[in-house]
Amino acid sequence: MIYRSGQRVLVQGITGKQGTFWAQKMMETGTKVVAGVNPKRAGETHLGVPVYGTAVEATKSTPCDVSVIFVPPVLARDAIVDAIDAGIATVVVLTEHIPAQHVLEIHARAKRAGCRIVGPNTAGIVTPGEGFVGIMPGHNPNIFQPGHVGVISRSGSLGTLICLNLTRAKLGQSAFIGIGGDPMIGTTTRDALEALDRDDRTHAIAMVGEIGGTMEEAAAEYAAGMKKPIAAFIAGRSSPPDKKMGHAGAIVTGGKGGYASKREALERAGVKVVDTPHEIALALADVYA
Amino acid sequence: MKLEEHAAKAVVLRPAGAPVGNSRLCATPEEVADAVREIGPSVVKAQVPTGKRGKAGGIKGADTPEEGAEVARKILGMTIGGDVVERVLVEEKAEIAREFYAAVLIDVVNRSPLVLFSTEGGMDIEEVAAERPDAIRRHVVDVLEGFGEAEARAMLKGLGLGAAEDGVAKLLAQLYAIFRERDAELVEINPLAELKDGRVMALDCKFVGDDASRDRQPEIAAAATPDRQTELEKRGAEAGLKFIQLDGNVGLLANGAGLTMTTMDVVNHFGGRPANFLEIGGEAYTKAEIALDLVLSNPGVKSLVVNFCGAFARTDVMAEGVVKAWEALKPDVPVFFSIHGTGEDEAVELVRSRLGIEPYDLMEDAVKAAVEAAQ
Repeated sequence: MIYRSGQRVLVQGITGKQGTFWAQKMMETGTKVVAGVNPKRAGETHLGVPVYGTAVEATKSTPCDVSVIFVPPVLARDAIVDAIDAGIATVVVLTEHIPAQHVLEIHARAKRAGCRIVGPNTAGIVTPGEGFVGIMPGHNPNIFQPGHVGVISRSGSLGTLICLNLTRAKLGQSAFIGIGGDPMIGTTTRDALEALDRDDRTHAIAMVGEIGGTMEEAAAEYAAGMKKPIAAFIAGRSSPPDKKMGHAGAIVTGGKGGYASKREALERAGVKVVDTPHEIALALADVYA
Repeated sequence: MKLEEHAAKAVVLRPAGAPVGNSRLCATPEEVADAVREIGPSVVKAQVPTGKRGKAGGIKGADTPEEGAEVARKILGMTIGGDVVERVLVEEKAEIAREFYAAVLIDVVNRSPLVLFSTEGGMDIEEVAAERPDAIRRHVVDVLEGFGEAEARAMLKGLGLGAAEDGVAKLLAQLYAIFRERDAELVEINPLAELKDGRVMALDCKFVGDDASRDRQPEIAAAATPDRQTELEKRGAEAGLKFIQLDGNVGLLANGAGLTMTTMDVVNHFGGRPANFLEIGGEAYTKAEIALDLVLSNPGVKSLVVNFCGAFARTDVMAEGVVKAWEALKPDVPVFFSIHGTGEDEAVELVRSRLGIEPYDLMEDAVKAAVEAAQ
């Protein structure tokens, strides 16, 4: 779930407006986009790479390490299953609003095949200086700079703001892992935390959570045993209960998924929990001072 | 998408062949009297989207048409959980031997369907879990394997269901099929009754459908209880915007769910109160103009924060929408901007040149200024 330069990327939905725009940005940033998929445009060349009818077809002649899904909700399941069947190790699912029953199937198939799903409803992953996969401004040097802070975020927009604040505080990033705003995601906060803990280039971690679910609590259990310093911001403290706050996963319901439980679990694990996004950069700057 | 009891039974349970009693949906005491005359001894149940209807006095027995009309007069017009009772379901009175609980739902942590069964029916499942965990059976389903009567029987083993076991196993398999085919997040039967004649029957049903499956499930979407929305929230929904009206005085416009929630939090942090949640992230980023109109139509708004941090969303496109709307609406509330990310330079220049406003560098400073201006 950390992009490494040289990893070969397949873009499913490459010929669409967003697929084209972001594939180009990825390439400009150094990401190795090697092929695309569009069932209706097989055999064509787009942005200088071959377009195949399916991911299975693509990988026969063009091996890929990562696939990124720019496919609308009703077609997303088939596209992801295609990527899993093609044996691609990591599938980054940007699509939001995939029917929950499809999401259940996607996760069950990925588990059997040993495939890592990032998302759904993620903005993607960025490794400054190496490349990015998704719809993040990975090409913008005001936001991303190489460094040693690993960033985990459920939200693309808030994750971008946090990285911008870090970059301004002269704290570059080792990796940004967008895990997604959906309730059922393939890579959880804890999974991302474990990956960053193992990553030698990551010296400290910025965790950007949200209300809803229990992922931050599960991550806190792991964080308690970590040596690397962690600062966290949890969005949604002032959100009313029983309302989905934009993200399908961001809802406090039946008294569960609330802010207080997350903050308490993280603080008990020794994580510095801050009140505004800017304070994450301040808290980590303290660690380095 | 939530279905009330009558809709869940009519739209979801009956078509799947699940056992439900004979019933009629009524809106007046006269209709209730007619229904009891036809059905015989009945239970009259308030139809509202909240639970705990029994405790609130919304469920009463009626053996005769006269009794039916009398309890209907009491129940119709009651307020339960904030909802006025406009309709009741008149259902044949069941001769109950035992009450169970059955449900199929999404287990978010395991990313799998979860089948639940408890011998303690009629109670809140959370309470049973706390007090009598041994009364609950849980089965995490591998969605590629499915869940049928054989799996249900294995799950029910040792609970001493006796003659009811076949009926319960069949119903659990039906519930799982409903869950998968009707795009449910939750389908719950509480209580599930074993009748004195040995049959099982779903006495109540709660159904929560997946919002992302609205287009795939037009029948459920049409039968679902509409969300309680303010006029402005309705306008937002019609425009395809997620707008939640709140009671504060600082209006908000931001992109992305995470950043919008955060903007609300920071307003609170500086002692202010947000007037709304409204995000124009994702594909909605081109709708800044209508979004601004919505925010400003909220009568409580005394100041406005526009907080953009573009990843997917282009801040130049959003800023152009805001500037256009501002010039058209000419509102007399102060506005405070913070703009970063994709398209930032163009967006900042646009706000400077057309509105003569200098965006703040930190969103915290923009919010602080807006909170002060609102006071």
